[in-house]
Amino acid sequence: MADLTTNFAGVKSPNPFWLASAPPTNSAYQINKAFEYGWGGAVWKTIGDPVLNVCNRYGQFQYGGNRLIAINNVELISDRPIEVNLKEIREIKKLWPDRAVIVSAMVSSNEQAWKTVVQQIEDTGADAIELNYGCPHGMSERGMGAAVGQVPEYCEMITGWVTSAASIPVIVKLTPNVTNIVPPAHAALNAGANGISLINTINSIAGVDVDNFEIFPNVGGKGSHGGYAGPAVRPIALHMLSAIASDAKYQSQPVPISGMGGVETWRDAAEFLLLGATSIQVCTAVMHYGFRIIHELCDGLSNWLDEKGATSIEQVIGGSVPRISAYGDFDLSFRSVATIDEDKCIQCNLCYVACDEGAHQCIDLTADGVRIDPATYDGSATLQPVVREEDCVGCDLCSLVCPVDACITMVERPAKFPTVTWNELVRNRPDVTTDWDAMVAYRKEIGIEIH
Amino acid sequence: MPNEEVTLAHLQDSFSETYPRYTKNEATVEANRCLYCFDAPCITACPTSIDVPTFIRQIANDNLLGAATTILESNLIGHSCGRVCPVDELCVGACVLGAEHRPIAIGRLQRYATDHVFETGASVFEPAPATGKRVAVVGAGPAGLSTAGELAKRGIEATVFERSELPGGLSTYGIVVLREPTNVSLEEVEFIKSLGAKVRTGVEVGVDVTHQELMNEYDAVVIAAGTGPVPPLGVPGEELEGVIEALPFIAATKIADKDGREGLLNIPVGNEVIVVGAGNTAVDAATVAKRLGAERVTMLYRRSRAEMTAYDFEVDFVRGEGVDIRLLTQPIEILGENGKVTGVRCVRMRLGLPDESGRRRPEPVPGSEFVLPADQVIKAIGQEKLSALFSGFGVESIAGYVKVDEELRTSNPKVFAAGDCVRLTGQALTVTAAEDGKIAARAIARQLGVPEPAKRPGATRGRFLHGTTNDIRSVHG
Repeated sequence: MADLTTNFAGVKSPNPFWLASAPPTNSAYQINKAFEYGWGGAVWKTIGDPVLNVCNRYGQFQYGGNRLIAINNVELISDRPIEVNLKEIREIKKLWPDRAVIVSAMVSSNEQAWKTVVQQIEDTGADAIELNYGCPHGMSERGMGAAVGQVPEYCEMITGWVTSAASIPVIVKLTPNVTNIVPPAHAALNAGANGISLINTINSIAGVDVDNFEIFPNVGGKGSHGGYAGPAVRPIALHMLSAIASDAKYQSQPVPISGMGGVETWRDAAEFLLLGATSIQVCTAVMHYGFRIIHELCDGLSNWLDEKGATSIEQVIGGSVPRISAYGDFDLSFRSVATIDEDKCIQCNLCYVACDEGAHQCIDLTADGVRIDPATYDGSATLQPVVREEDCVGCDLCSLVCPVDACITMVERPAKFPTVTWNELVRNRPDVTTDWDAMVAYRKEIGIEIH
Repeated sequence: MPNEEVTLAHLQDSFSETYPRYTKNEATVEANRCLYCFDAPCITACPTSIDVPTFIRQIANDNLLGAATTILESNLIGHSCGRVCPVDELCVGACVLGAEHRPIAIGRLQRYATDHVFETGASVFEPAPATGKRVAVVGAGPAGLSTAGELAKRGIEATVFERSELPGGLSTYGIVVLREPTNVSLEEVEFIKSLGAKVRTGVEVGVDVTHQELMNEYDAVVIAAGTGPVPPLGVPGEELEGVIEALPFIAATKIADKDGREGLLNIPVGNEVIVVGAGNTAVDAATVAKRLGAERVTMLYRRSRAEMTAYDFEVDFVRGEGVDIRLLTQPIEILGENGKVTGVRCVRMRLGLPDESGRRRPEPVPGSEFVLPADQVIKAIGQEKLSALFSGFGVESIAGYVKVDEELRTSNPKVFAAGDCVRLTGQALTVTAAEDGKIAARAIARQLGVPEPAKRPGATRGRFLHGTTNDIRSVHG
């Protein structure tokens, strides 16, 4: 059994899984229950200024019969009196000294308000503070949450107030509702943040009822944007995590990152770890299935670490970061082509139509090994898709649409020309990158043919 | 003699598992259909309380070692149970999707997970430190193996004494190959041994080792000996050549299966076979006869379909095999020529008033006798009880079953009993035998002062957590 113990800027937890600041961390009752099930930590639902909530608060994105692919919410920060929250936080930390108890906070943008809440949180014995710069609805209109996270200068100023007042670690939670996540991360680093967490929820409308034109979530006939979370946001979260993890300034001044955004299984968590996260926060999966998922998160992660020969989590954190690159540094000579395993093929022909109409027309339909002519085909034979390898551009679309495991695979083929990157071309053959005639000549020179 | 057109290739095919292993894609798609219910009814329906939603989720997440561990920590005989459990009556029958759409194929998913770890040999449990306590287990069937394995998990050394040449009991000798190949059972025995249990085959208690020796040398004894041979039909002609018992007939196919199935060609089977009885063993014997090449197989049962103990899925299966089930038909004489079976004289029955068991008593219809031609008659009318074995340990019995308390302790507090030999009421299933092993081992450990093994974190993860330490109520009181 690999060691799942996690140390996040000095905050220790028996495993890397923390409940994210959200409805599952609303009360001592819930967090106590979560810790009984084995959660490593919890970020208390954001405490701060007074709020009132609405009905309905959630909308969902479902796809193909699967529910809660993502959830959209217009719920605000904790609506319980701040004194009640502080009392319960103190109680929980006393009962669970080995778990990470972190308190999320969001107050009006004035220094005194922040210093007061920092003091209140420290008095509970909590392990760390998370600054909620992400909430995209309700609070942002009042100059809090995403309104701060979207402006690096505000982010830096407020973080500075907090870090100068706090004696426990300060984690800055970033909003994904920006075009580039790196400047707000820099702001947090500049202000002395001890950790970063991301992503908060993404602006979204869950859907529209086409029968009565109402918007989800539907608040008495009105709708608005809400925060989007759950499995569907995971690729966006992974990208934002990778952008920070591969950033030069971050790498020169690294702080631990708490990754979140659609984590539901150990495998999702492993992906965040490999891209540089030290702890993992979970919300939507718990809202769907309950605290019990912690067992499989730990069991699966532990079995995976064992399989990889890793004895602790640290050994895999950032394991994929050296692979984070950019178009300009990709090897343009790398070549792969699709191959179809005809024994596995079930002749659904989805690869054919995807390639022929959505890609590069390199898959033929054949009957008894002979390419049929779609214009004259009479529908009498079972058709077998076949890749015309010499024309295959290696886009990978066919294997993605194929419903059968390992039926279509992308196979590496020897490069047809020497290794070269776009950045090298920009440096060494600038004309090729700016002039079509030069590009055509270059292609001819190295033997690239694009049909 | 069997049909001459029956070839080895044909038999290889006929004796392959009815439900092949899922491919990864099939398993993933099926596992992802599971709703992952909270406190799911499939857990309650399982006699061993396997946390079904969790292991299915682990399959969906490609954590097959975790899935197998979840199964085996509740049921050490889970490798067999995934194949032989009457799932429609248990977990699958309880699946909430049955009402909505189509229930999850829990048995096949279970098999997918256990096959993976049995194939890779991945280690599932850490060995427990030895306590120095020793227990003798009589019988290496599912109940005995489950008991021995559960004892081993607590650091109690269990030695299983098995009369037969091979361990595994009915899993090895009695479950038709189509449902459980012999090697699955033998792999399971190896797994139990890997936990630290010892298995001694070819040792009959009362013959090769005395009851007293076991009582003297061990801290406790567990009787898990199953049931005995088939009783006589009590009709004339039973001694004729061609009259056989169902279990040895099925056992011959199991042995052949272990050795590559060539032996199937040499198992004597008739062309016109009559199976007397309508329980699950009768169904298995009829299936085997048909698959070995019998042209016509007829099952005889003196009561109606409602009283048959065979499960619906088995009756459907055997009818699909082309077996004829003659209800309300009782054999009264086995006919023969030159010492060999030629037919069975039968009488039609009708149901009269209820008897002491509450079932309507079958009565012969006067003048309704008729003869069915047969060249083989297979007896499958239940098993006799092993009274001599029980009395050797000086334990009380009821109606031929060992008398036990809730913890499976017999009238002698040092002796426990598990499995079919205590199954006075309820269904005699592999899975109930597995649960017996857990109950008996827990009771023995308590009696010997051995503490229960620490629960893995989140061991009750799929259900309500009970006995939590902190009294924190919900915000609503």
